[in-house]
Amino acid sequence: MGAALRHDSALKHATGEARFLDDLPEPPGLLHAALALSPVAHGRLAPLDPAPARAVPGVVAVLLPGDIPGRNDIAAAGTNEVMLADGLVEHAGQPLAVVVGTTRDAALAGAAALRPEIAPLPPVLCIEEAIAREAWVLPPQAITRGDPCAALAAAPRRLSGEFRAGGQEHFYLEGQIALAVPGEDGEMAVQSSTQHPTEVQHLVARVLGCDHNRVTVTTRRMGGAFGGKESNASWVAACAALAARRTGRPVKLRLPRRVDIAATGKRHPFLYRWTAGFDATGRILALDAIMAADAGHSLDLTGGVIFRAITHALGPCDVPALSVRALACKTNTVSNTAFRGFGGPQGALLIEDVVHRVARAAGLPPEQVRERNFAGGGNGSETPYGQPLEGDLIRRVWAEARADADWDARRAEVAAFNAQHPYLRRGLGSMVLAFGISFGQMHMNQAGALVHVYADGSIRLNHGGTEMGQGLFIKVAQVVASVFGVDVARIAITATSTAEVPNTAPTAASTGSDLNGWAAHAAASAIRARMAEVAAEDWGVAPAEVEFAEDMVRAGGNRAMSFGELAKLATMKRVSLSATGFYRTPDIHWDRAAMRGRPFFYVSYGAAVAEVAVDTLTGEHRCLGAWLVQDCGRSLNPAVDLGQVEGAFIQGLGWLTCEELWWDAEGRLRTLGPATYKIPGSRDVPPVLKVRLLEGAPARSETIFRSKAVGEPPLLLATAVWNALKDAIGTDRLDAPATPERVLMAIRDR
Amino acid sequence: MTDRITLVLNGSPVALPPDTSPTTTLLDWLRGPAGLCGTKEGCAEGDCGACTVVLEGPDGGRAPVNACLVLLGQVHGCAVRTVEGLRGPDGAPHPVQRALAEADATQCGFCTPGIAMAAWAHAREGGSVHEALAGNLCRCTGYRPIIEAFAGLEDDGAAPPSLPPVGGATFAAGGQVFHRPASLAELLALRAAHPEALLLAGGTDLGLLVSEGRQRPPAVIHLATVPELGAIAADAGGITLGAAVPYARLLPLLDGSLAPLAGLLARLGSRQIRALGTVGGNLGTASPIGDMLPPLLVLGATLRIASVRGERESGVEDVLLGYRKTTLAPDEVIVSIRLPRPPDGAVLACEKLSRRHDQDISAVGGAFLLRVAGGRVAEARLAFGGLGPMAARARHAEAMLTGALLAPACFADAAEELAQDVAPLSDWRGSAAYRLAAAQGLLRRLYWRVAKPGLPAEVHAL
Repeated sequence: MGAALRHDSALKHATGEARFLDDLPEPPGLLHAALALSPVAHGRLAPLDPAPARAVPGVVAVLLPGDIPGRNDIAAAGTNEVMLADGLVEHAGQPLAVVVGTTRDAALAGAAALRPEIAPLPPVLCIEEAIAREAWVLPPQAITRGDPCAALAAAPRRLSGEFRAGGQEHFYLEGQIALAVPGEDGEMAVQSSTQHPTEVQHLVARVLGCDHNRVTVTTRRMGGAFGGKESNASWVAACAALAARRTGRPVKLRLPRRVDIAATGKRHPFLYRWTAGFDATGRILALDAIMAADAGHSLDLTGGVIFRAITHALGPCDVPALSVRALACKTNTVSNTAFRGFGGPQGALLIEDVVHRVARAAGLPPEQVRERNFAGGGNGSETPYGQPLEGDLIRRVWAEARADADWDARRAEVAAFNAQHPYLRRGLGSMVLAFGISFGQMHMNQAGALVHVYADGSIRLNHGGTEMGQGLFIKVAQVVASVFGVDVARIAITATSTAEVPNTAPTAASTGSDLNGWAAHAAASAIRARMAEVAAEDWGVAPAEVEFAEDMVRAGGNRAMSFGELAKLATMKRVSLSATGFYRTPDIHWDRAAMRGRPFFYVSYGAAVAEVAVDTLTGEHRCLGAWLVQDCGRSLNPAVDLGQVEGAFIQGLGWLTCEELWWDAEGRLRTLGPATYKIPGSRDVPPVLKVRLLEGAPARSETIFRSKAVGEPPLLLATAVWNALKDAIGTDRLDAPATPERVLMAIRDR
Repeated sequence: MTDRITLVLNGSPVALPPDTSPTTTLLDWLRGPAGLCGTKEGCAEGDCGACTVVLEGPDGGRAPVNACLVLLGQVHGCAVRTVEGLRGPDGAPHPVQRALAEADATQCGFCTPGIAMAAWAHAREGGSVHEALAGNLCRCTGYRPIIEAFAGLEDDGAAPPSLPPVGGATFAAGGQVFHRPASLAELLALRAAHPEALLLAGGTDLGLLVSEGRQRPPAVIHLATVPELGAIAADAGGITLGAAVPYARLLPLLDGSLAPLAGLLARLGSRQIRALGTVGGNLGTASPIGDMLPPLLVLGATLRIASVRGERESGVEDVLLGYRKTTLAPDEVIVSIRLPRPPDGAVLACEKLSRRHDQDISAVGGAFLLRVAGGRVAEARLAFGGLGPMAARARHAEAMLTGALLAPACFADAAEELAQDVAPLSDWRGSAAYRLAAAQGLLRRLYWRVAKPGLPAEVHAL
């Protein structure tokens, strides 16, 4: 356990052998589908005339809401989010029809030929307007502690702030895709690039109006997901399944990149308004804040996103009196969704902005103000909602990142540079994160696995987790290999399938290896116990004496056989070598009415220092160095975990500094491809990038081999870059993404 | 009667069926009829690099290109290598493939085949790792392991393919015709007969119409096979480059006083784009965001323009009329561009502001040619692109700077004057206010570039 094994598909990726969904051999009679999207943001849609699409050669069907045999409802939570607009259009890019053709080009041409008649209604295109109209997709959530009004009034000093953070397009390199193949008795076999095969199964069944057991969903691998293939993959698959049901033929739906970006949700943009009370030492005594999330036109997963935002609004800090309200604003834009961090990164920006402003007002370094407010060590050690934080780990990650960056010497170097250069300015920033691990929806914290040992000792592993590149499959295989004491090469990794492990949670919230690792551990342990009994009986020893290691099974000093021999023996003795495993996260609870509880099984910590350079004449900027320390408990696979930390950091850097979604005045997103939507490139990686996993810190909760989750938390570390930019230019406010434009304009407004 | 498209694919000659649409993208053909699904489609607009394949030259050169932007008619007579063609004869993965896997440089793996091809080209061509990677996006790894893998690559020494030269050709199928004229006379006659035909001078614009727009242009004239349009030569006074010469062939000739232009071109698109894109195409489309236009304007570049009616010469400034509009007549083609070197004692500076340093379209492009004598600016030529409907000289700012002292305040004054010259637009690349402010910043920065050449002038110089 804990070996830095390579991703199981690494060489297949590099040789092009790894098959993604669009690479699979196409079934005979395959048809292709395309979506027709709304060109306007809000309006009354007249019944769509399918004739112009039908007239396109090769088009075989045009499917409208009335063609849906089940329900036109793709809501992931709650109900009533339409798959195809029916009478009302609520965002530009909303799917109106599924056009099916003998070729993909025919389907695309058919979709382009449709002429929707939409009587425009005034759209709500910004958070401010939604707030003014009190247009919510769900009621506001709030966490309070103490009496913030009184505490604010009593505080020696007060300060108010407002800022905003933009959304983020997932830009998974493999776009959304699904293949639906109709079978006998109403069966539908769906291949989907999804993080949540079970939800695909449920939505396909809902749209087709059939039982779950008619629908089988399989996912071998995704070409990236980042949250964007949680709820959004489901409706893409449901569109393909609808077309397959209506035509009786296999149908593939692969969204062109522009359609993908227009029609699928993104990270929620946020607007923040806050008032803080503090003292001369920088201790924040009270905070009254509103975080307004742009949900887009429907609920989707916004409830979970704002839950995570308000539970992470204080980061690693303690504030004795506070009120944090999260608003879920309804606008006429695409429905925003899960994106790595799921509101956590947006939440953490709040306390970072408060710390920055308080530091400037008090004339103190922001790092000192943050430290002054760290949980524990004289301050409170529990979040306002009752989750305990480990103040010692908070202080440890920060101390280590600060030491790695050689903070004091670097600070002096930066000051010396700034004193001599006429217009370039360097800056230093930091970040300390505390990220709760578990799904906010308690019922999602469960997982299943199915393990078979065959008579030759080879092992087949299946579990509910999906592989999106994050290395989950190799990590869970390592868990099973360690239970059986065999080489990981003995384990066949298989595609996720609702037919093998049912009723699963999405692979999301960083919980993939925590949940599926334990479930696979349970399945493997059950088989191992049976095998141990077989060996024990054969050798006349107690089962407890049987040990599994190095592909061998041993007892005492002189009893030994290979793992394969024992497997063979077990089958001869009619012992089952197949088992399911199940896991549910213990010790978590949440009181929705009181907004209190212990929603997270544990908390992950991390810290970062970043150095930037800014050109004050043009706003151009660059991250010159970053020093990251991330807590992964006792890492299951340091190579995989390191990759997650680095990848998340750069993705966060993109969110905060260069990735900008730009809508025109009519509410149409105009950054629909990589030519206009700029994710980081290789040169954006700081030339000095030092990343470490925190050592000697096994998880204190009973996690799988005392490891900790790693997918999302390190994305927050990129906040150090945002902080460093503010340090370099010396402004109160810098909205994200801090593009060259925002940086230059902030300098001019200074 | 139609010719057949032939190419060498992963070392084996292939002749395509005569009914093949000549504007099928190489990517669609590879993933479809050729059955090679290792090459991925990430964006179909030439920006992500997932579809990178390599064109192998008879000289051993390896040019990475985006298969989504390359049309089959374009690769007639070329040798194409895909990720499937990297394996050794025994089926063993190529060392660059092993290097990526062993460096943990793959996560989801969707971008990896394209990165493997960029790596294979880079191992032979060398140069900066970031330039080699500028055309390949990875959303998972954060690049660090990819950068490290690239830094350690070695050329495999494999021999270049043998490529029989192909002459002119015409591919006609399904109502489309794709011309590959073999001489200037043939080109001009075709142009006169088919003024509606699209000229393909590299295809980074045209490829978009097909790849992303799914259009099937009825008539295309490919320019690269005309000798005059594919020639490039440097002399003491400057460079004469054929209109269909890709940027990749221009770059190595930009030395000495033209080196600042090389710095700019190294940021134009990516290696994949520069292997295809041409100065002639940048001029022909007259897009205001063409990175080359401001330098051409300040250098006083001239164009040789030809038609069946004869030839003429024209300054670049006289050809650009407005947004994507030129003075070219429907029967005219640009044959070549004369790029003069800056006059002795003059300093050239080329600037590009974009959200991302590499592979991004300019929010503001600028080129400045200054002659300084006796502590004063003797001559100033300033041109901007990306700001308004067309790239243009900034005459007011030029006048303000000409004769001024070489002092920060004088450049600041010229920067203020710039507001008279430009009326920037607002779009997703920047607001009008930002574009003006940033263009002004570039003029202020020009002082430091000229007066204090030892000072790091920009963040990427640190």
